[in-house]
Amino acid sequence: MSLMIRGKPDDDEYWNSSKFKAFTFDDEDDDFTRLKESKRAVNSILVEDEDEEDEVEKVNWSGEPVGSISWSVKETASNIRSTGEVRDLSFPKIDTAPSLPKNSSGYSLSSLFKGKAKTGSLQSFSESFSEQSLRNYAPELRKPKSEYKDYISDWTPEETVKRMQQGKAYSLEKFHFLQDKLLLLDEAVNAHDGNVITAVLIFLKKSLSKEILFRELIAREIALRHYIHYLKEMGEHKHLVELFKSLGRTEDMALMQYRDHLNIKDENRRRDFLKNCLSLPFSQEDATHVLDHYTLLERQIIIEANDKHVESSSQADIFKKYPRKASILNMPIITTLYYSCFYHYGESEGTYSSPANIRKTFRISDKQFLLTCLGARAKLKAWFDVDALFTTKNWLGYTKKRSPIGFHRIVDILHKNNAPVQVLQEYVNLVEDTEQKISLAQKYKCHDVIINTYRDLKDRQLLIGYREKVERSSPEYRKIEELLCNSQIRWKN
Amino acid sequence: MSAHLSYGRVNLNILREAARKDLREFLDKCAGSKAIVWDEYLTGPFGLIAQYSLLKEHEVEKMFTLKGGRLPTADVKNIIFFVRPKLELMDIIAENVISADKMHSPRDFHILFVPRRSMLCEQRLKEQGVLGSFINIDEYILDLIPYDSDLLSMESEGAFRECYLESDQTSLYHTAKGLMTLQALYGTIPQIFGKGECARHVANMMLRMKREFAGSQTQILPVFDSLLLLDRNIDLLTPLATQLTYEGLIDEVYGITNGYVKLPPEKFAAQKKQGEAGKDLPTEPKKMQLNSAEELYAEIRDKNFNGVGAALSKKAKIISAAFEERHNAKTVGEIKQFVSQLPHMQAARSSLANHTSIAELIKDITTSEAFFDNLTVEQEFMTGVDTDKVGDTRSYLHYIKLGHNIDSSCVFAHVIPQVNAYIEDCIAQRDPLIKILRLVSMQSVCNNGLKQKVFDYYRREILQTYGYEHMLTLNNLEKTGLLKPQTSTRNNYPTIRKTLKLWMEDANEQNPNDISYVYSGYAPLSIRLAQVLARPGWRSIEEVLKMLPGPHFEERQQLPAGLHKKRQQGENRTTLVFFLGGVTYAEIAALRFLSQMEDGGTEYIIATTKLINGTSWIKSLMDRPEAQTL
Repeated sequence: MSLMIRGKPDDDEYWNSSKFKAFTFDDEDDDFTRLKESKRAVNSILVEDEDEEDEVEKVNWSGEPVGSISWSVKETASNIRSTGEVRDLSFPKIDTAPSLPKNSSGYSLSSLFKGKAKTGSLQSFSESFSEQSLRNYAPELRKPKSEYKDYISDWTPEETVKRMQQGKAYSLEKFHFLQDKLLLLDEAVNAHDGNVITAVLIFLKKSLSKEILFRELIAREIALRHYIHYLKEMGEHKHLVELFKSLGRTEDMALMQYRDHLNIKDENRRRDFLKNCLSLPFSQEDATHVLDHYTLLERQIIIEANDKHVESSSQADIFKKYPRKASILNMPIITTLYYSCFYHYGESEGTYSSPANIRKTFRISDKQFLLTCLGARAKLKAWFDVDALFTTKNWLGYTKKRSPIGFHRIVDILHKNNAPVQVLQEYVNLVEDTEQKISLAQKYKCHDVIINTYRDLKDRQLLIGYREKVERSSPEYRKIEELLCNSQIRWKN
Repeated sequence: MSAHLSYGRVNLNILREAARKDLREFLDKCAGSKAIVWDEYLTGPFGLIAQYSLLKEHEVEKMFTLKGGRLPTADVKNIIFFVRPKLELMDIIAENVISADKMHSPRDFHILFVPRRSMLCEQRLKEQGVLGSFINIDEYILDLIPYDSDLLSMESEGAFRECYLESDQTSLYHTAKGLMTLQALYGTIPQIFGKGECARHVANMMLRMKREFAGSQTQILPVFDSLLLLDRNIDLLTPLATQLTYEGLIDEVYGITNGYVKLPPEKFAAQKKQGEAGKDLPTEPKKMQLNSAEELYAEIRDKNFNGVGAALSKKAKIISAAFEERHNAKTVGEIKQFVSQLPHMQAARSSLANHTSIAELIKDITTSEAFFDNLTVEQEFMTGVDTDKVGDTRSYLHYIKLGHNIDSSCVFAHVIPQVNAYIEDCIAQRDPLIKILRLVSMQSVCNNGLKQKVFDYYRREILQTYGYEHMLTLNNLEKTGLLKPQTSTRNNYPTIRKTLKLWMEDANEQNPNDISYVYSGYAPLSIRLAQVLARPGWRSIEEVLKMLPGPHFEERQQLPAGLHKKRQQGENRTTLVFFLGGVTYAEIAALRFLSQMEDGGTEYIIATTKLINGTSWIKSLMDRPEAQTL
């Protein structure tokens, strides 16, 4: 390689320097240090020569091997972009593009299978290709017309299907009788070639009445599924709904129609669409969810309009202090509840935007409500509200803190929202399990909790141990000192 | 680029060469200079077959990605569209062709459909009035793509969804076609085994196709002894579990696409050369190709991740020692010898550097609390332990213990048997929806469904937290059997687990003696089936086979006289295992492990519709995948 030829004056240094030492490894090391070491070892043997890539596959920085297809596409494309209008370099997401030009009904697929003799205006399938393209895959089509016709009429369903699979010319017109058509369909299904099955189904769709077609499809599960898939693909929803109805698959039909709401951008139209969905025959469970979905969007539209107005006319401080980052439209219900707890806390249950109203309308579980509320109020550092969330009064008028979720989780959430130690330790104290309490207190540096717990445990040793961990002459240090000098306490050790 | 394909038990380079030949022939059909307009999805799979240089040799001067509007200007005679047969792509092509017609330079248009022509698509082109503009409309049958020396993939993302949700069997037809091509190149496969509805269909089609081509029997000594066709839906559990092999984890964390992975660049920045140090840190992800052409990668990819650190450090030692050799080289001859090895050593060193960095990135994840918690719950489900436990019992018990006077309804409302507290927490924290769906599906699969109340509870929580539109996704999961309410039938999973030994208590991760090492204890059901089939045979597990969906079967294909293989004493059998609906890297690792077992007696070649992991799999079943960013 070129390395051999290119002697460098400082080669000697390379050969003899002690800089490049072999690494020794301690075999008892755990994996992590091993990783670190192999990394170091690797770095230490990074030799500074420019030729290192000669033998290695050429790769540009993004790692695309130079010369690969995807690399070349980018390369050649970028040469051109500069001249034309500036385009978005990224590829449009074809698969997810929602608004594809769907075929409206009455499209001319049928002409595909119409024989020439019947209607002069409609071309046969084979003629729709230019002469040149024909030659490439169906050379026998250039036979004299008469011979060609005889030839066609002889084909059995099996032969026809085979020709279709092979991309040769064929005609389905000769299958006049229902019996023949069904034989053809069964043959196509047997071949398992979706392309052929679909082609036959299109032919049947055109030449049979709906009632008969649907009836026959019910007995042919595979053909039926292909038909459904085809209708979906072509966007023929009306036809599909009829099919589902006749099959008694009403839930599928309902879901399919509901699915369309995803393609509606305008919120008012989407809401109206969802309203129309309410009457569809969903399963009981789904019906509730769809109703909730509709109600939610309806409320969101009202709240959005109102809040937008309030925000722009600067009527409320909260919007000034915490400007809204995004619209609430089409957000999940829990997100909406969070929003409500953030901007509309304390509103009476009568208003749509109040947390209480949302909780009730959408049957939010106590846990979810508490967590969401807690998150929102903690974010605003409204510690008083946080406190109120857990406080309950019993019949004697004593207050008590209670939570449907373990207090250890509450502490985590508060900490995530940067709650001060005073707030944190109150909740750490409520954790029942002593061990868990201590570990949380240590994690979040709630000295008082730890000191008090050790005091209650009458564990002098632990207290002494902890004294080492706190700063000298800090309040907690003094507190420990005081306790240790307190002769009233009967230490257990 | 492709040499590694030839090293395996079966030379898969033959298949690649056949594919390249077809490509060249098509290109030569369009005489003169050409530009290719790519359906971007295809560039990945094509990259496994050919490089730009091959196209260039056949006068491809420009390449573009397919997009709406006008074609970029290119001074070429031919414009060729390489596309999948998708209706929406036809509309874009039509737009391209119509706007191009307005310009003066006359050019020839061609379409190459991959992997099949579609009448629907051609019809759409006709409706758009452009069908007549095409000189050539052809198909490029790219069914099975050689992915590695023992691995073939159809790279068909939607195959599982099509087969098990939409019941569209087109991909099964392509599978059968692909297997016919394979038999044409490697000889008839004498024995076909299978389990599952789709497996049965594929076998039927193969047998039928063979009858049709009866005249043109290939006179090739069979390379494969048997074919095993497995439906993905006989083992829904395995892909849901987090893979714990090196390659599996790379896929879980970063996603491997068409043999490439994109990694965060920070860890790799240090390796850049001094001269470039002034530049800003790269922001573009680093893309790396992963296959057995890289010696080190081939060595470590199938190891349990806990064994990777040791392997890397061992390798580092060897490389360091090799570099140290230079001090011993005294004579010119010795120096010459050392220098001649340098390129190889440097490649090994940069490979080691890369994988050390990747291992570090992954270690950060696997050592996190979140990863550990998730894995713990997965293993609880798989071992059948604790799945009946009560949700968030802790807080509830505290109330009881301390005898608080509490309103019991407010506590009991949250205690639903079988609701998993961890899953509940994850939903409350709004972890990625796909993670939730993986866990809930896993719980359902391991318990033969969820109690109706639990099922409804999860549904409600998911819809409230992530949006009602996910109702559609949940329904899809239900239709494929991943998520379902319990019916009265008993749960078969414990029986299957015990009979097939799906859970091994003492899985050895460093020096494995069983396939269960790939999931640190769980032995993938699919691979156990392959293992039992090889020895002692499926007859020993009839009972379990009946519990799994779909028929199991065995077929024999007649070989032409004189082609019967005479096996040498001790020679291994070669089995092709085909996963219909996808396979994970961990499952592949398990099969490779079986191939390498000393007394295994069978070597495996693996084929699949697509390489999947739990995330990509669930995503393919979602009706609105882009919403999962929540």
